[in-house]
Amino acid sequence: MPIHEKSLIRPENLHVQEEKEVDGVDVSGHWSTFIETRVVNDYNEALEDEIGALPGGDYIHRCWQCGSCTNACTVHALNPDFNPRYWIYLIRMGMESELLRDKDIIWQCVSCHKCTHVCPRDVVPEGVMKATAHWLELKGHTPKSPSTVFDDIFSEQVIKTGKIEDGRVIMQFFKRTGQKFPPPWMVDMVKSLLRNLPIGLLTKMGMATLVAPKTSGWSKSRDAIEEYVAELEGRNREALGLDELVKAAENEIGPGSGPQEART
Amino acid sequence: MTDKKTKYQEVAYYPGCALEGSGHAYNRSTKALGKKLGLKLKEVDNWNCCGAMEVKNIDPKIQTYLSSRVMSIAANQMGMDTVMAPCNGCYHNLKRAEYDLSNDEDSVAVTERLSSKSGHEAYKAGQVETIHALDWIKDAIGEEELAERVKNSLKGMRIANYYGCMYTRPRHIFPEKDQGPDSESTSKPHFMDDLLAAAGAENVEFPLKTACCGGAHTLSDSDTSTRLVLNIIRAAEAAGAEVIATECPTCHGGLELHQIRAESVLGIKTNIKVIYFTQLLGMALGLKPKQVGLHENVSDSFGFVKEKGLA
Repeated sequence: MPIHEKSLIRPENLHVQEEKEVDGVDVSGHWSTFIETRVVNDYNEALEDEIGALPGGDYIHRCWQCGSCTNACTVHALNPDFNPRYWIYLIRMGMESELLRDKDIIWQCVSCHKCTHVCPRDVVPEGVMKATAHWLELKGHTPKSPSTVFDDIFSEQVIKTGKIEDGRVIMQFFKRTGQKFPPPWMVDMVKSLLRNLPIGLLTKMGMATLVAPKTSGWSKSRDAIEEYVAELEGRNREALGLDELVKAAENEIGPGSGPQEART
Repeated sequence: MTDKKTKYQEVAYYPGCALEGSGHAYNRSTKALGKKLGLKLKEVDNWNCCGAMEVKNIDPKIQTYLSSRVMSIAANQMGMDTVMAPCNGCYHNLKRAEYDLSNDEDSVAVTERLSSKSGHEAYKAGQVETIHALDWIKDAIGEEELAERVKNSLKGMRIANYYGCMYTRPRHIFPEKDQGPDSESTSKPHFMDDLLAAAGAENVEFPLKTACCGGAHTLSDSDTSTRLVLNIIRAAEAAGAEVIATECPTCHGGLELHQIRAESVLGIKTNIKVIYFTQLLGMALGLKPKQVGLHENVSDSFGFVKEKGLA
C-alpha cells in the first residue's frame, strides 16, 4: 500500500453507525465501518520542481523511498509525525494539501546529518527539509520559523562583517522573535558562569557584544556575496512563480494588498 | 617519524567565531596544550566565519565560499599545507567545502566568482588538508608519547566521550575516516577515547557518542534541544560517567546551557561535569585549571578536579 493511503484511515475518515440493520442483519458498531471516498484532485505537479529548485533541494528526484532517513532521524525519535521519507514522497507525488498538514513542524530539522549519512541515493534529505521549510515560507503557508529568523540574523552578520559574535546574535534573535530577554534560565546560566570569571575577562566579553568583531578588508567580499544573494533570491522567486502569484492576487483584490508583499 | 607526525608539528590554526566568544575556554586550552606539547600554531590571518550551521540554509554555496576563503589564505598567503580547526562546525564546513570543490562544478564556479570579486586567489581543492584538534594531538604526539608526559594521571576519572554530529557525518566528506584500524571511525569514533585513556582516564561504554544535542536549534527550538541534551546526559550518567568530555564549542555550550535549562524549566537536576578534552589533557600534563580556562566553563568543575588531584 503506498504510504500516503494511511491518510485514508485517519479517524476523521472512518464512519461507523452505532445502530444499523441491513436486510435484517444487525451491522451496528464496527460491522458498519466504511472509509470515506477520497478523490485526490489537487495535485500540484510543479511541487517537486519548485522545491528542487531551492538551495538544498537539488537531489530530491533521486529518492527511492527506502526510509533510511526517517529511520535514522533525530527528530522522528521525539515526534513520529516528523517523517522526511513521507514528505519526500508527498512532494514527488505533488500532494500539496497532505504536505501542508505538517507545515508547522518541517522546520524543526536539527541538521544532525544522520539522514544524509545513511542515504544510499545521496538525496541529502537534510537539504530537502530546509528547502521545503523555505518553500512553505516563500509561498506564504507559514510565517518565518524561529530557525529561519536565526539563520537570517546570523547570515546578515557574517555577510556584513565576516564574523559573528554569539552575544549579539542571541540578543537580536530574542528581539526579532518578540521574546523577553533574557529568559529566566539564561539568567541562571550567566550566574553560574559569573561564579568563577575574573573581572577582566568579563569586561572583554561585554565589550565584544558592543563592538562587533570584524574581518578586515571584508567589504569586497560583502559586496560580492550580497550581489550573489540578490540574484539567488530572484531565482528563487522565479522558480516558485511568486511574482505571478502577487500579480494574480492584486488583480483579484486590488493593488497593494497582495498577501505576498509583506513576506518577501 | 611518520609523515603526519612531521607535517602536524606546525599547522595553520583556525579558531573560528565560537572560540572567540562562548567557547573561549576551548581556544585557551587548545593553545595551552599545543604549547605544552611543543607544537606550533599559526593563526590564519584575518580569517572569517565558516558559516556555521546557518549560512548553508540560505545557500550551501555561500558557505562553501566562506570556508574556501579561510583555506585560500592558509595556502596562498601563508604557504601552509594543513589547517587545524578545533570546532566541529568549522572542521565540518572546511571538509564539506573541500568535497564540494572536488566534486561539484557549480560550487567551483560560485567560489571562483566570489573570490575574484573579493580580490583574492580562489582556493583549489587539494591545496590544504583540514584536520580536527583530535587528529592533531593524535598524529603529532600520539598515545605513547602523551602517556610518557603525563604528570597528573586522570586515573579513576570516569569519562563519557561525546563527539556530536559534525565530526563524523555525513561520511562522504571525510574520505580519510573508516580506513582501517588506525583511522577514525564514523560510527564509533575513538580518537578522544584513545587520548584520554593514554592520560589515565577510564572511558565508559557510551552509546550516544555521536547523538545530536540539538545545537542548531538551541534557541529557536529550545524544548527539543533540552530533551536531546537530557538524553545524552542521562545516558552518560547511566553508563557511570562523572564527566562528559567534549571536542566542539557548540556541543559543549549546548550541554552546559540545557543542563541548566532542564533544571530551571523542568526541575530535572543532573550532576555530570562538562569539560573539553583539551582541558582534561592540559591538566593531566600539569597545567593549572585556570591555564586551560576551567573558569570560563559554565559547568563548575573546580571542586571536582581538585578532588581528582588535578589542581
